[in-house]
Amino acid sequence: MTALLPLVVLVPLLAAGGVLIASRNPVAQRFVAIGSLAIVLVVSAALLVVVDADGTLVMHVGGWQAPFGIVLVVDRLSALMLVVSAAVLLAVLVFAVGQGLTDGNDETPVSIFYPSYLVLAAGVFNAFLAGDLFNLYVGFEILLVASYVLITLGGTELRIRAGVTYIVVSLLSSLLFLAAVTMLYAATGTVTIAELSVRIAELPQDVQILLHVMLLVAFGIKAAVFPLSFWLPDSYPTAPAPVTAVFAGLLTKVGVYAIIRTETILFPTPELNPALLVVALLTLVVGILGAVAQTDLRRLLSFTLVSHIGYMILGVGLGTPEGTAAATFYIVHHIIVQTTLFLATGLIEREAGSTSLLHLGGLLKAAPVVGVLFFVPALNLAGIPPFSGFIGKLGLFEASVQEGSPLAIVVVGAGALVSLLTLYALARAWNLAFWRPLDQVRHTPEEPTEDFDDARWTGGTMTETRQRSPLMIASTTAMVVLSVALTVAAGPLYAISDRAGENLEGASYYTDSVLGGGR
Amino acid sequence: MTVSLVLLVAMAVLYACGVYLLLEKSMTRVLLGVLLLGNATNLLILLISGEPGLAPIMTDGVEESEIADPLPQALVLTAIVITFAVSAFLLALIYRSWRLAAEDDLEVDEEDVAIGTRDTNVDEPDLEELATATDFDPVDEDEEQRQARSST
Repeated sequence: MTALLPLVVLVPLLAAGGVLIASRNPVAQRFVAIGSLAIVLVVSAALLVVVDADGTLVMHVGGWQAPFGIVLVVDRLSALMLVVSAAVLLAVLVFAVGQGLTDGNDETPVSIFYPSYLVLAAGVFNAFLAGDLFNLYVGFEILLVASYVLITLGGTELRIRAGVTYIVVSLLSSLLFLAAVTMLYAATGTVTIAELSVRIAELPQDVQILLHVMLLVAFGIKAAVFPLSFWLPDSYPTAPAPVTAVFAGLLTKVGVYAIIRTETILFPTPELNPALLVVALLTLVVGILGAVAQTDLRRLLSFTLVSHIGYMILGVGLGTPEGTAAATFYIVHHIIVQTTLFLATGLIEREAGSTSLLHLGGLLKAAPVVGVLFFVPALNLAGIPPFSGFIGKLGLFEASVQEGSPLAIVVVGAGALVSLLTLYALARAWNLAFWRPLDQVRHTPEEPTEDFDDARWTGGTMTETRQRSPLMIASTTAMVVLSVALTVAAGPLYAISDRAGENLEGASYYTDSVLGGGR
Repeated sequence: MTVSLVLLVAMAVLYACGVYLLLEKSMTRVLLGVLLLGNATNLLILLISGEPGLAPIMTDGVEESEIADPLPQALVLTAIVITFAVSAFLLALIYRSWRLAAEDDLEVDEEDVAIGTRDTNVDEPDLEELATATDFDPVDEDEEQRQARSST
């Protein structure tokens, strides 16, 4: 079974090469791109089943044993992340294909888009598989470099501006991460995560704290937690709809995943847990206050994205297996729901020619299908029962109360408030965009904003409304169905998350399975 | 482990200059800052491989203290390649940005300027002037082509 592990990274990378060669043949490109991600989805689903039944799978690349060679590790957490991200990447790819077919590819030029997208996928999968800190760094770099291309796609002025912010911030976090890896190696003599977990415990306390903080800051920038999150709402909204959707769904979660690994395996000691809880609190509150003030739907969603990262950090910061399990479930829920909302926003933009709440109106009559596709994930994100958002938040709050520290209880209070404010922000968007009669809209679509800066803050200049594509509707519908299926399958899914959380408790399970039980 | 003091000082200076340049407004300088930071990190990686001048070769009769650690050298190669690729991309981006606007500056954040000039009783800075200041001398497109033609 271990032979399946490298396939997850290799197939998208090879497909990216193939797609690049076949740049003259769009039909073959679409076929190869969708096929490769479908293969990854099947493989990772198989991995999840096997790992959940038989325990962690470890692949020693090149036959070198663990502390010397590179290892690829799939435990329950990795397998779950792989399945969800493969599903989301596939759905968004289908959406992009649909958009390309109807629009003639001016938004997403095929010859660059498909290869970059597949490389991005390979980077995400590699980060989830890495059992080696340097390999994790390489995984991050692969996905980041691909994302630089995707975020500046088309090279318009707006995108270049947004792209520069994104690229410089990402570069800084990468360099910080690389310096942290180097210093970890200097202190311990290894970069294998399992071996590091054993040796870090032997280091002096002050060195541990320094290395821990460096790693957390580097991952914190990628995950967009509060003091390090300001780049996100400025850079994500300008990219094409499918790109924004996949970035919002996946890239920040890779950062959160790295934080989970850091907190549970590398530094299982609780020194920084209170700090993480405070960061979670601030991320939750500041993020959602930003969302409430937005007039552009995409910026609004970007701010809720930042805010909800706080929930995951809360789960990690608790430092209990229940907390980790709840955070894992919440990540799965949030990847799917956030991506769906951004895809639905993409559909709204096509329907109405804008994502600004100042311009939108009367959409429920004009496009009832899009209305449903926006409404269901919006309720889900706000945590209305019986959707998975409610289950995820309930799990997090339960875990916090079990942990019982006053700080955790305060964060639970803030979490409940943020849930309400999310509902408020999304309900406002719904009221304005869908329920408001078109004749009450202040700026009618006939007089679009001309001013560049103004356009940037209120949601972009008006674009022409475009034809709907059945493929785009279909893939968004599939995502909505998937998000509802999370509720139906919440029992088994939460059980897997629970087992994933237990696996990570105390790190000994992980180190034993990578280095062999003999240690 | 002994570390070369010269390299250590060079690394610190590179980091300091890199951070300074990164905070500049012009994108070309930001790129230079990124390059310096990247090279500072590369030096850091190189530093941890041990005493300078030792070969990373393990043969019979060589003590463990007489070889350099080969792994950091493998790591630094990867890091160099990544920095190289990203710099190339940033350069392309800067060029594109310059072609679009004939300037390579980041936007002036008016709020920031307001905070920076608060309570100093100095006149408001001319935002127009700040926004159009550029490293490049914006050359007329036709002028450029005419020169290119006359030189061939």
